[in-house]
Amino acid sequence: MTQAPITVSRPPGRPQLWGSAGRRHRESAIGAVFFIAAALSIVISAAIVLSLVFEAASFLAQIDLEQLREIGWFPRRGLFDIGTVVVGSLIVTAIGMAVATPVGLGSAIYLSEYASPRTRRLIKPVLEILAGIPSIVLGYFALTVINPQIVTQLFSGADHFNLMAAGLAVGVLIIPLIASVAEDAMRAVPRSLREASYGLGARRITTSVRVVFPAAISGIVAALIIGVSRGIGETMVVAIAAGGTGGSLFTLDPLGPGQTVTAAMASLATGSDQVRGASAAFPSLFFLGLLLFLITLLLNMVGDVFVRRTRQRY
Amino acid sequence: MTTVTPVPTGTPIEDRRTVNLRIETTRPQPSDALTPASMPVLRMESLSVYYGSFRAVRDITLDVRTNAITAIIGPSGCGKSTLLRALNRMNDLVPGARVTGKVLYHGEDLYGPRVDAVEVRRRIGMVFQKPNPFPKSIYDNVAFGPRVNGLRVDMDALVESSLRRAALWDEVKDKLKQSGMALSGGQQQRLCIARAIAVEPDVILMDEPCSALDPRATLQIEELMMELKRNYTIVIVTHNMQQAARASEETVFLTMGEERAGHMVEKGPTSEIFTNPKNQLTEDYVSGRFG
Repeated sequence: MTQAPITVSRPPGRPQLWGSAGRRHRESAIGAVFFIAAALSIVISAAIVLSLVFEAASFLAQIDLEQLREIGWFPRRGLFDIGTVVVGSLIVTAIGMAVATPVGLGSAIYLSEYASPRTRRLIKPVLEILAGIPSIVLGYFALTVINPQIVTQLFSGADHFNLMAAGLAVGVLIIPLIASVAEDAMRAVPRSLREASYGLGARRITTSVRVVFPAAISGIVAALIIGVSRGIGETMVVAIAAGGTGGSLFTLDPLGPGQTVTAAMASLATGSDQVRGASAAFPSLFFLGLLLFLITLLLNMVGDVFVRRTRQRY
Repeated sequence: MTTVTPVPTGTPIEDRRTVNLRIETTRPQPSDALTPASMPVLRMESLSVYYGSFRAVRDITLDVRTNAITAIIGPSGCGKSTLLRALNRMNDLVPGARVTGKVLYHGEDLYGPRVDAVEVRRRIGMVFQKPNPFPKSIYDNVAFGPRVNGLRVDMDALVESSLRRAALWDEVKDKLKQSGMALSGGQQQRLCIARAIAVEPDVILMDEPCSALDPRATLQIEELMMELKRNYTIVIVTHNMQQAARASEETVFLTMGEERAGHMVEKGPTSEIFTNPKNQLTEDYVSGRFG
């Protein structure tokens, strides 16, 4: 029990607490470097938004606003119908979601509720590979496989370039995204809820659909919103497979060629319109860019709200 | 005929004793006719539970008394919960878990080749350690079991009678549409009991149902158990020896050997286990010398 008392030797007088000035300066310099790195992304974002806003405004100043409601999107002829490209984007995204929602959510339910850990270890990387395929590859896949093998087999009279094939390819692109986000949401549902359900004599399918799925609904909605946002933003697949190079008439027909916001931008950016002249064609790119930016910003904000609600629950 | 487990009034469910746990019944079942009148609701015969190669519970042979409360006590990690979960095949959900030996429910082996675990769990309900109401309304929590089991009954009446039997009705009758998760811990646990009895099991397994509750809520649950045992057979795992002493008729004491497999040391009327145990290990445990 007897212990030597611990003594701390302290130099007499007032303690010296201010340390080395050099070390403090180095510390604040390092902090500044990291701050610049973090601030850079804010500066870049702001620069992008500003350039979009200014260029879009100058585009709108150059044209009559009636030119925004025309028979189609033909920028070189001064026909800037927003409806054509927005409806084109919506058609492609709707087709993509029609494919990706059932397949993506189905995979999520399978991975989260049915698959053994071994199966999951096998399937997850494959999904990630699918997610990593460059979209230009999928664009050509749409053109050379999806369209001739699926679309033209199912629907006679489908054009060589059409929104349907592009939409299906976009769906393939979105599947892993939805599957992965929805699976995370479902796996975050506490085990105790599943046990409660099984303990009441519920089967796996009942437990998945009536307990886990509703409990994860915020995350699942977020997955779908992210999917929509990705579908609207997808460019390469649509630029390659949907046709509409140069322009398109307003169309609701998914079997014909069409133009989306993104594909219209891509064709403007790769064409000779970059030579600035009197034509408003090139600046219309920024107008579309701003439109796209606002749409995806809105979707991301809505998705964010849902994700946050999932986190709050448990 | 064996004695019929009293089925609570007002439930249009066929006699619970006609046990049919099989997925399909292509052949007549001899088990029912052969069940001796003395066959308890639950009987374990050389029951062992493994997780992979690890034996968590070793060689339990035990009859559970009908319409009584049986407490399983023992030190942490001795396999009490594992044993309990073997009684309604909840361990099936754990990858790598398997069982040897038998669990006879009215004479029918729960681990027989054609038994459907889902049918088992409809008849042998469970209440968990942490109250786990669904993030649904109080009403939907109680109605969930009957609905998924396809019972065509007057749901309002069933919800009310289940909540009454769980001693929760008066507290929630005006807020049935509110979320079950908004209730207090003790109320949530009684909601989980109401939910379990709504599917009309005849056995209720309780896995430390009061360990997350304060003393007052604990007492309420214990009173409720006393009430419920008239209609149900209850098996409860508890860490709380006062609870076992207060609220059970039978006590099973488990402990674990060197290889960490839980085994049964002693089983008997609770008063005997606590006042006059036959085994020194039991005496040491109930008197607080170890565990």
